[in-house]
Amino acid sequence: MPLTREQIAKRIAEEVQEGYTVNLGIGIPTLVANYIPLSKSVMLQSENGLLGMGPFPFEGSEDADLINAGKQTITTVLGSSFFSSADSFAMIRGGHIDLTVLGAMEVDQDGSIANWMVPGKMIKGMGGAMDLVAGAKNVIVAMQHTDKEGNSKLRTKCTLPLTGVKCIKKIVSDFGVIEITEQGFVLLEHAPDMTADHVLKFTEGKMTLHPKCKKMVF
Amino acid sequence: MSVFVSKKVYPNAKSALEGVKDNMTLLVGGFGLCGIPENCIEALRDSGVKGLTCVSNNAGVDDFGLGLLLQTRQIKKMMSSYVGENATFERQFMLGELELEFCPQGTLAERLRAGGAGIPGFYTATGVGTKIAEGKEIRRFDNRDYILEKAITGDFAFVKAWKGDKFGNLIYRKTARNFNPMVATAGKITIAEVEELVEIGELNPDAIHTPGVFVQRIFQGINYEKRIEQRTTQKAVQISVHKAVAKSVQKRA
Repeated sequence: MPLTREQIAKRIAEEVQEGYTVNLGIGIPTLVANYIPLSKSVMLQSENGLLGMGPFPFEGSEDADLINAGKQTITTVLGSSFFSSADSFAMIRGGHIDLTVLGAMEVDQDGSIANWMVPGKMIKGMGGAMDLVAGAKNVIVAMQHTDKEGNSKLRTKCTLPLTGVKCIKKIVSDFGVIEITEQGFVLLEHAPDMTADHVLKFTEGKMTLHPKCKKMVF
Repeated sequence: MSVFVSKKVYPNAKSALEGVKDNMTLLVGGFGLCGIPENCIEALRDSGVKGLTCVSNNAGVDDFGLGLLLQTRQIKKMMSSYVGENATFERQFMLGELELEFCPQGTLAERLRAGGAGIPGFYTATGVGTKIAEGKEIRRFDNRDYILEKAITGDFAFVKAWKGDKFGNLIYRKTARNFNPMVATAGKITIAEVEELVEIGELNPDAIHTPGVFVQRIFQGINYEKRIEQRTTQKAVQISVHKAVAKSVQKRA
């Protein structure tokens, strides 16, 4: 069995270190916030102009002037600040954000990512994704390893239009944890009910096993 | 000491729009439906002005925000970073009735900031090696490639603030600030609509987000809907406890 969305989020939360400033994208990345232990002091950045994002508000206390980048009503934590979009992307482009977590349609063995358009389909836009992958110190991708037909989304070369070039260092897919190095994909951990061989078989790009590759435990 | 007498105050959105003509470029503040100039957008719709190029991070939803001007086909071209959530937009774009230029969100914010600051262009790593870089100058600094992005200015700029004074000083509220401060600087004529218009001297100078020099016209907005796009909440466990306590107190009383 591949990992659930929650398990992917839980594993990524382990990568979040004490004192980090983190930007979480829409979808599985948003769930990561639920698994960051309260004992870790972490500030969540929302690129529409907030540092110090808190949980959803209680019913009845929603504020139309307080939303996240997914346009959801949210709250703030102690120590939060508001700022303009220009200041927000100065933080992002200027390398002041420690970690960005976002989704992807494809990632290739060089660390290039495609997640904003499919030719022939309506394009919604890249939003802040191109700035985030170009600017954050570390980018982790949360994604499905294969499409519905079982085709690998971890490719030799991305086939879809790119969001960023050679900017991804780590992927947590529903098959495992993969590092991207000069030698291509390196499998660090595999899903509990899945062999490492199975992950290799369903990866199109060049992938090697890390000597200490281990089974994930949840 | 002289007291500044303001000629910037207009009675309403309709009067403030004087001079907005067909085929102009308009800059519009807001992120999603948060912090959008609701009154000006409605007045633009009612004015019937058309062939507009609108620079705005998003394009509203079908029946609110810039979506209102799409419904009436007053917009010829959009420059945005994200236009999901709008079926009218999708239909017009697919039929080739609407031009669209995508711009990464941070690049859009900086292009507007540069426009307002008199900087004609800047280099950024955002979009290098992607479709966005096509046709743009590439320059290498310290072993990294950057692309040249040009500044954006507009014939008119529309912003929404929480409070403003009659000189045009503006204070935004929470995440409704977003693109408004840069948009305010980049219009030949900037129109600010505010929830509360106060006298000069009533706002704390240390708290001003947009200094009044950037604002040419200001008016007190009316009937703000402030629609929420995604109403997300958590179960009110603590609140229900409070309610239970309140009930028991009421019973006792």
